[in-house]
Amino acid sequence: MKNFAPQIERISTMTKVWIGLLVLVIIIGCVALYQQIVYGHVVTGMRDHVIWGLFIANFIFFIGISYAGAILSGTLYVFNVPWRRPIVRIAGLLTIAAAFIGPIFILLCVGRFDRLHYLFIYARLQSPIIWDVMAITTYLVGAILYLYLTLIRDFSIYGDADFLKIPEWKRKLYKKLSLGYNGKPEQRSQLKNATRTLALVMIPLVIIISSVLSWIFGMTLRPGWHSSIFGPYFVIASILTGVGVIIILMWTFRQRYKLDNYLTDKHFKYMGYIMLVLSGIYGYFSFSEYLTGWYVSEKWDAEVLEKLFSFHEYGWWFLFSNIFAVVLPIIVAVIPKLRKPGPITFAAAFMVLAMWVKRYLIVIPTLETPLVPMQDTREAWIHYTATWQEWALTATGLATLILIYIVFSKFVTIVPVSDYIDDEAEKVEAPATDSKTAVPEANVS
Amino acid sequence: MQNSDKNSDKNRRDFLKLGALGAAAAACGSMLCSSCGGAPEEGEKVKLLSPDGKLVEVDSKHLKHVHHLIGVSGEEARKGIPGRKFVMVIDLARCKNARKCITACQKMHHIPEDKEWLQVKLMRDNPESAPYWFPKTCFHCDNPPCVKVCPVNATFKRQDGLVLIDNERCVGCKFCMAACPYSTRVFNWAEPELPNEFEDIQYSPETSFPSKVGTVEKCDFCPDMARQGLLPDCVTACPNGVFYFGDENEDVVSNGEETVRFSQLLKDRSGYRYMEDLGTKPRVWYLPPTDRIFPVERGLDDLPDNIKDRFKDVM
Repeated sequence: MKNFAPQIERISTMTKVWIGLLVLVIIIGCVALYQQIVYGHVVTGMRDHVIWGLFIANFIFFIGISYAGAILSGTLYVFNVPWRRPIVRIAGLLTIAAAFIGPIFILLCVGRFDRLHYLFIYARLQSPIIWDVMAITTYLVGAILYLYLTLIRDFSIYGDADFLKIPEWKRKLYKKLSLGYNGKPEQRSQLKNATRTLALVMIPLVIIISSVLSWIFGMTLRPGWHSSIFGPYFVIASILTGVGVIIILMWTFRQRYKLDNYLTDKHFKYMGYIMLVLSGIYGYFSFSEYLTGWYVSEKWDAEVLEKLFSFHEYGWWFLFSNIFAVVLPIIVAVIPKLRKPGPITFAAAFMVLAMWVKRYLIVIPTLETPLVPMQDTREAWIHYTATWQEWALTATGLATLILIYIVFSKFVTIVPVSDYIDDEAEKVEAPATDSKTAVPEANVS
Repeated sequence: MQNSDKNSDKNRRDFLKLGALGAAAAACGSMLCSSCGGAPEEGEKVKLLSPDGKLVEVDSKHLKHVHHLIGVSGEEARKGIPGRKFVMVIDLARCKNARKCITACQKMHHIPEDKEWLQVKLMRDNPESAPYWFPKTCFHCDNPPCVKVCPVNATFKRQDGLVLIDNERCVGCKFCMAACPYSTRVFNWAEPELPNEFEDIQYSPETSFPSKVGTVEKCDFCPDMARQGLLPDCVTACPNGVFYFGDENEDVVSNGEETVRFSQLLKDRSGYRYMEDLGTKPRVWYLPPTDRIFPVERGLDDLPDNIKDRFKDVM
């Protein structure tokens, strides 16, 4: 615990500067939002053909990485993967933070903020948007509960740690939040069972909601969207992107808080393996999606594909998204020499960017290819170009995510201390009997 | 039983009359001589029947379009007109892109010039076949993809076949616009400019007026006109009788000049529906552009450049 004390005891100048910058970005985003509310969606680049733009791409992106956080921390917990410890909290927090930011982006696509409650009072079950509303609210509750359950033991430790130089209110808050947990065996098993059950629930839930998200597109008569692979495609794309974000976060925290002993090279290697597998599946899905579309070349599918393959339109972006989301992660994870935190984080960062571009390429080219010829002369109607307001709000989403992490990391340790204290206790009590878990643990701590 | 038969018989006779009356009604009934401004259109002399029965000729710039916005309540508008099953037939052989339907529609619904609920496209199915003009309304599909996806029941299918939008319910998610394969729907991206004289008019999904920012709207087949026994304005405005509007239950459609059996017209002229393979079951039928009465190039005459440019890729 002592190792982590500085992290939650004080806020450095560097951190303050960061917070200031992020708040500035968020303020600019608020100005953009204000304009959108006052003048209408006319301030965006969206028009009657391209009715959804950056916002919906961001929605898929953020909500996707949230799902990845949930499924990764859930799976690692359920299967009791020994090296999971330092990663589950980063992933769990990503779940919550991104799940708050994602839906904001779909709300930005909505023309009437004053009628949002209609989604509840007039809800129609036939609509995939209502499926999404139900899924995301269920998911949010589940994700918050799950993260909280994994935090209870830590809260009780922070509250009891007298050596921590923290203000009294913070100590009291920790004690309150720990709900009177004192580590009795009965409490322990209850908490463990609850966490395990919830982790189990989260895994299918993520698969369901990822698919529901994809069906907003899949349920339309649009080339490039109306595809049965979209459900699993979105599930894998989400998890892949999220794994990339988690790798970036692991690297950042390791550098920032000197956690080399906890987030070891081995963790990066294992995350690299996960990225490798997911990139492989994602690449395979992409390949079969585009191969079947291109081979048959049905009229409208062919039109969208032509835009994606043509270097005068989206060709370069399409190439970028496939090389950096599929080829690069696989290369880095396959070559042993490259399986180091640096290269893996580098590959992950480009992969995440490529996956964001991919989201853009899912949304925009299809909307620019209506079934009835457009025959419009207004450039803004034919081609979508995002306005500064849209970029500002996009940046705000990212800034909010970072800010949540910074604030959170001042409040709880980024690595769950309770787990490590357990390990140490176990090692003292039974050094030889529990060799199964003790051996991998030894490498970690 | 007998009574209801009689009723429907009467309805049919009324409807048949409707054809003959339609054109006259549009010319006289909905246009009143007025000296106050409005949007003056220079030129044409229009013959009108004055209230005391005399035929007078006035310059069209002194005419002001008055459309009686009789909107039924939101609840009523969701049910539809009992016993009706509205249908439209568009004769592609007669269209020469005069665009009168478009301007009439814009006038009637008080929508600006850059917003076209009704569009005329220049279609060319493949490089070998001849191009033809293709007016496109909302198809009021019987299996409407837009209605399926609406999260709040703002767009709905009525028993008389119409698909309408309640812009007081619409949250503006635009999912219906993504779902509609025909790009029929338009969105109010900014606060719509509305004519002052209608400031406190009651909104009804049947009149689609007034528009509201952040909501979706589209061609509504003018059910308020149908309630008054009138044809939609696009039908009566067309100089070539391209549009036939009518009732499938009564098996009759009219373009304002001639009233014909709907089923017979489809049979005689090989009527078809646009993109039948999508399974949306449109309520708009097309008659193929064979034996056309105008060469297609005529449609480009007198067009402003910005509209002419739309078709430069086709012709």
